[in-house]
Amino acid sequence: MSAAVIDVRNLKTHIVTRWGTIKAVDDVSFTVAPGETLGLVGESGSGKSMTCLSILRLVPRPAARIVGGAVILDGEDLLEKSEREMQRIRGRRVAMILQDPMSSLNPVFSVGMQVREPLAGYHGLSGRALRSRAVDLLASVGISSPASRLAAFPHQLSGGMRQRVVGAMAIAAPPRLLIADEPTTSLDLTIQAQYLRLLEELQERYRLAMIFVTHNLGIVAKMCDRVAVMYAGRIVEAGPVEEIFRAPLHPYTRALLESVPRLGESAEWLTAIEGQPPDLAALPRGCAFAPRCPRVMDRCRAEEPPELAIAPGHSTRCWLHAPA
Amino acid sequence: MSPAPLLEATRLTKHFALRRGLLGRRTDIVRAVDSISFTIEAGQTLGLVGESGCGKTTTSRMILRVEPPTSGDIRFEGAPLAALDREGLRHYRRSVQAVFQDPYASLDPRMRVAAIVGEPLVIGQRPTGTELRRRVRELLDLVGLPERAGRLFPHEFSGGQRQRIAIARALALSPKLVVLDEPVSALDVSIRAQILNLLHDLQRRLGISYLFIAHDLAAVAHMSHTIAVMYLGRIVEMGAAAEVALRPKHPYTQALFSAALPLDPGGRSEEIILSGEIPSPLTPPPGCRFHTRCSHVMDRCRRDEPPLHTESGRLVACHLYPQGEGMRTTASR
Ligand SMILES: Nc1ncnc2c1ncn2[C@@H]1O[C@H](COP(=O)(O)OP(=O)(O)OP(=O)(O)O)[C@@H](O)[C@H]1O
Ligand SMILES: Nc1ncnc2c1ncn2[C@@H]1O[C@H](COP(=O)(O)OP(=O)(O)O)[C@@H](O)[C@H]1O
Ligand code: SF4
Ligand code: SF4
Ligand SMILES: [Mg+2]
Ligand SMILES: [Mg+2]
Repeated sequence: MSAAVIDVRNLKTHIVTRWGTIKAVDDVSFTVAPGETLGLVGESGSGKSMTCLSILRLVPRPAARIVGGAVILDGEDLLEKSEREMQRIRGRRVAMILQDPMSSLNPVFSVGMQVREPLAGYHGLSGRALRSRAVDLLASVGISSPASRLAAFPHQLSGGMRQRVVGAMAIAAPPRLLIADEPTTSLDLTIQAQYLRLLEELQERYRLAMIFVTHNLGIVAKMCDRVAVMYAGRIVEAGPVEEIFRAPLHPYTRALLESVPRLGESAEWLTAIEGQPPDLAALPRGCAFAPRCPRVMDRCRAEEPPELAIAPGHSTRCWLHAPA
Repeated sequence: MSPAPLLEATRLTKHFALRRGLLGRRTDIVRAVDSISFTIEAGQTLGLVGESGCGKTTTSRMILRVEPPTSGDIRFEGAPLAALDREGLRHYRRSVQAVFQDPYASLDPRMRVAAIVGEPLVIGQRPTGTELRRRVRELLDLVGLPERAGRLFPHEFSGGQRQRIAIARALALSPKLVVLDEPVSALDVSIRAQILNLLHDLQRRLGISYLFIAHDLAAVAHMSHTIAVMYLGRIVEMGAAAEVALRPKHPYTQALFSAALPLDPGGRSEEIILSGEIPSPLTPPPGCRFHTRCSHVMDRCRRDEPPLHTESGRLVACHLYPQGEGMRTTASR
């Protein structure tokens, strides 16, 4: 599909740790089209953030290194770019919203200064034109009386407001791809609902391609068109959200969906996933989920399952679905 | 008449004085918890929900006696805490334990697990060495950890296992009530169900009561018999868990539960998106504290604070539901 904004191919990012080299991102591939949202889910340490940071080439150096693959943004491989070129791409063509708004805001500068900076940089605005665009931008992310907020400092705003300011900076260009890494995890529920609505509106207005990282399967159901489930650095299942929620193929995806309590279901026991999350420094041979998998077979412990295309746009890495 | 509830809080209130301005000459009052009343029955779970700053943790800290109430009282097994003598207080402290959100911060990294789990016993009961070892083994077994876990240090365990250790420690003195403040939110999604099942199983086997605080509303609904919804220091709705979660009456409860997204792509029920931010508990709005964000707001809401009263089998504080059939249960200020 040439229409994709971002086409990640066989991306591999390794991290050198005290316990050896871990494959934080291991042969990860996906595409996202304009106006489409890809959900990235999986447990802590499964490589979601590392995948996002690899796209922006912001992996923590020197421990982490992108060792293979391609990250193609509108036809150009970002892994071939110089650091100078990347600096012009970050924010302008690929923007990111993180869980903690304070990691994107500078506490000593006013909101106005922080919002004006990308506008001046991307659009060459100055003076009154710059100020009025800054006001418009804050209004567009739902900040009330934006003109009077320009002088405010981040600590004077609530968490939800700060995250809106980060959202304003992220769409200043506007970018082609917006990466949101757990953008609402620090927000209260009713504020989360407001922010999700805002992201939907922004995405529609600018036809943003969006990667949405979350632990919350309810958010995936609401926000995403497709979802990629990560386990131990790999995408173990990817496909349309409706299909995956209705008929998950990978035992981990299925277990994840079954283990979450649901409103209105009065089952006395939850279906727990046994065992512990994987230790990336000591992965078993074969399938990484095998130690916890209720359907494990001999083959799973011997050989790693390849990516198997099951239906158009729906794939999984599990021997259960290998053609006999 | 039914026996007294395990714990009964009446008009429980906590105000914090904040010094402001030059030389701290101005004091502002944070109304963290403002005249709330509830009961926790033996063997049952009360779920406490509401957004950050609404007073959940402060409520649990008053129950744990870390924070003295500004006013109001707590009765345990019928006896007011304020009137307990030393022996009574010792009994209370043993009977009420807590498990917190962060299993990394709550365990002493220099102690072996057996010592961590056994510590409350050593302090409280001075058992013999054999007795202590037997009880620690029993406790580890209760939370699904192998005996050898006792010889290891906390850093040798995963988050879910550490939370099991914290639970074992909380159970050491056979408490009657355990306060669970966000017990699974720091854990991996794939581990949460294990811990929720464990807590549920312990309640069934030991008959303990829980005060369960969590942001995950589906988890609260799953675990609780009764749910109390707090907003800016007040309880705005309280009743049977299924009623409150599935048929909420208060506009705030409705918005809150509508924001708990179902795992159902496409099939969204109508969504309620509140406007505005959560007001500061320093200056709660007059009248109904929720009126600045409520889409049903009426004139009197800005003026009169609605009292909690019975409506469709639960308690609701909202002018949309005329009082009359129900009894007033709290005095409005
Ligand atoms: N700076 C670092 N140094 C060493 N290892 C790291 C570093 N950052 C991440 N890792 C490791 O890389 C792997 C993937 O981490 P990543 O941050 O991508 O996980 P994640 O899926 O985003 O998890 P979470 O849900 O907790 O945010 C993990 O095993 C993690 O321990
Ligand atoms: N020791 C304290 N001093 C001053 N204010 C406090 C203190 N503890 C809590 N508060 C305030 O009381 C309110 C309720 O807090 P808390 O009970 O922690 O809420 P929750 O647990 O529901 O998030 C908040 O506004 C909080 O800032
Ligand atoms: S490959 Fe085997 S162990 Fe891995 S998920 Fe599939 S059935 Fe389970
Ligand atoms: S009392 Fe009025 S403002 Fe408060 S929740 Fe009810 S309708 Fe809304
Ligand atoms: Mg992450
Ligand atoms: Mg709290």
